[in-house]
Amino acid sequence: MTRLRTAALFVWRNKLLTLAIVLLAIVTVLAVFAPLFAAFEPGAMRIARRLRPPSDVHLFGTDEFGRDVFARVIHGGRISLAAGGLTVLFACAGGVVLGILAGFYDRADRVIGKVVDGMMAFPDILLAIALVAVLGPSLTNVVVALGVVYMPRVARVVRASTLVIRELPFVEAARALGVPTHRILSRHVLRNLASPLIVQGTFIFAYAILAEAGLSFLGVGVSPETPTWGNMINAGQQYARQAWWIMMFPGVAIVICVFSLQIIGDALRDALDPKLRRTV
Amino acid sequence: MRRYVVDRLLGMVLVMLVVATMAFLIVRVIPGDPAGIMLGPDATPADVAGLRTRLGLDRPIPVQYVIFLRDLVVGDLGQSIFLGRSVLQALADRTEPTLALTLMATLIALAIGIPAGIVAAVRRGGALDQTTRGLAMLGASIPSFWLALLFMQTFAVALGWFPVAGYGEPGAPFLERMRHLIMPAVVLGLISSALITRFTRASMLDVLGEDYVRTARSKGLAERVVVMKHALRNAMIPILTVVGLTVAVLLGGAVVTETVFGLPGVGNLVVQAVLRRDYPVIQGALIVIAGIYVLVNLVIDLLYTLIDPRVRYR
Repeated sequence: MTRLRTAALFVWRNKLLTLAIVLLAIVTVLAVFAPLFAAFEPGAMRIARRLRPPSDVHLFGTDEFGRDVFARVIHGGRISLAAGGLTVLFACAGGVVLGILAGFYDRADRVIGKVVDGMMAFPDILLAIALVAVLGPSLTNVVVALGVVYMPRVARVVRASTLVIRELPFVEAARALGVPTHRILSRHVLRNLASPLIVQGTFIFAYAILAEAGLSFLGVGVSPETPTWGNMINAGQQYARQAWWIMMFPGVAIVICVFSLQIIGDALRDALDPKLRRTV
Repeated sequence: MRRYVVDRLLGMVLVMLVVATMAFLIVRVIPGDPAGIMLGPDATPADVAGLRTRLGLDRPIPVQYVIFLRDLVVGDLGQSIFLGRSVLQALADRTEPTLALTLMATLIALAIGIPAGIVAAVRRGGALDQTTRGLAMLGASIPSFWLALLFMQTFAVALGWFPVAGYGEPGAPFLERMRHLIMPAVVLGLISSALITRFTRASMLDVLGEDYVRTARSKGLAERVVVMKHALRNAMIPILTVVGLTVAVLLGGAVVTETVFGLPGVGNLVVQAVLRRDYPVIQGALIVIAGIYVLVNLVIDLLYTLIDPRVRYR
């Protein structure tokens, strides 16, 4: 209970963090319960109502087919948040295995270290584009591609933490007591990796939302018929002069999500790992 | 010193081998027959078989790998399926806009990021620091393609200050071509300056707490001298490292931004190659772009020795 109160107090004192949590919560609730909040179907076309500016009926206006932009933005949020969240899980699962192996076994470190360096030489979005090009455009493949792209980042953080953890007295004690390596890894190392993983995961969530939007925008991500924020901006650019709202609102939604996640990531880093506070 | 340079060069060769191997594998893990996918459903079996032979896909993977590495060493990246020329030639023709854009954006990012980071660190905790940090965070949250579209609508379409898109007429003079790059470079530079601001601030804060900075101050040196001469030079190593990272961000950002502004650069070539499934071009572009990144980071590693004598004597 005391820890919960300390956390609540920390959030309350940090106004920017409060704002970030509230904004992210609003976007998440709107996305998860999109059918409840949207007065129109995201795909319902009404040509008579095309390119209408924001109004009481259409909060964010309508697009070139008369579809309600608000409904499409909140439904698009489902894809963005799902892509971001699943990418985090995928990248963390792979990154933890690679990072622990590299941090615990010197021989594995030499191979994994070079592979990670090589992977990080590719610009994120370029590697993601190439992978999606090969795997084919779909939400699953976008998640796999982004997961592979961000895996080396997780691996680096996990490796660095494992190098520290493996020298700690309780790991040495466990080893002296004859605890098998797999148990040391799962019981002692993995548990102590939680903090850096949560911090890194929050940032990857933010980057993955940006990258998914970029892939959709370029037309190599989720199919163009699905309302995603990137797809909407891509479609809206042709009408940017007469109907600014089509590309404006999905963009604002991306900025809100990514900005909030980065603020939360920063705060988590400060709260969970004070040693890291000065490095970035 | 010599050992440091040799170590770095060897490391670079190894990383490039990993990069090349990954690019090779990515194109070969395609589910199904790459030749069939590239030519589409209308292709005859004879066409597909012909392409398989032309690309060497009918040989065993290890043999393909050896041939691939042998060709790579002599600079042969294969033939584009759709452009009718070598991948290297296709990339070379598209290099100028991408390199010029990356260079201009890096300069803009440094011109904004380093002073902003220094000011934020010196005024730590103050209103200026808070504002700078908030803006840097916001900058890192804006999708480059969206900012590019907003800039295009405002400064090109509405105000008419810059050309809307493209790279000038064929054979346009150099300055005219560069004029087309100003807006894309500002967009990329603004977004990348966020990362440089944050690192400069953090790095300066670390250094400003050091004993020698206190000594410099107690000698009665002007604050400007302490910050610019004693602190900044020591803070440069982490800042240089982040400049290297920024190159990767910028090269990636260029892929997206070039598409928005219709610039005939490497990024645009890659996106076209992806849409046409021109795998040799995708593979070649991956190797060349990662190669540029590795090379820039090698140069930065070597620059450390000039900036920081401690690295030289290690």
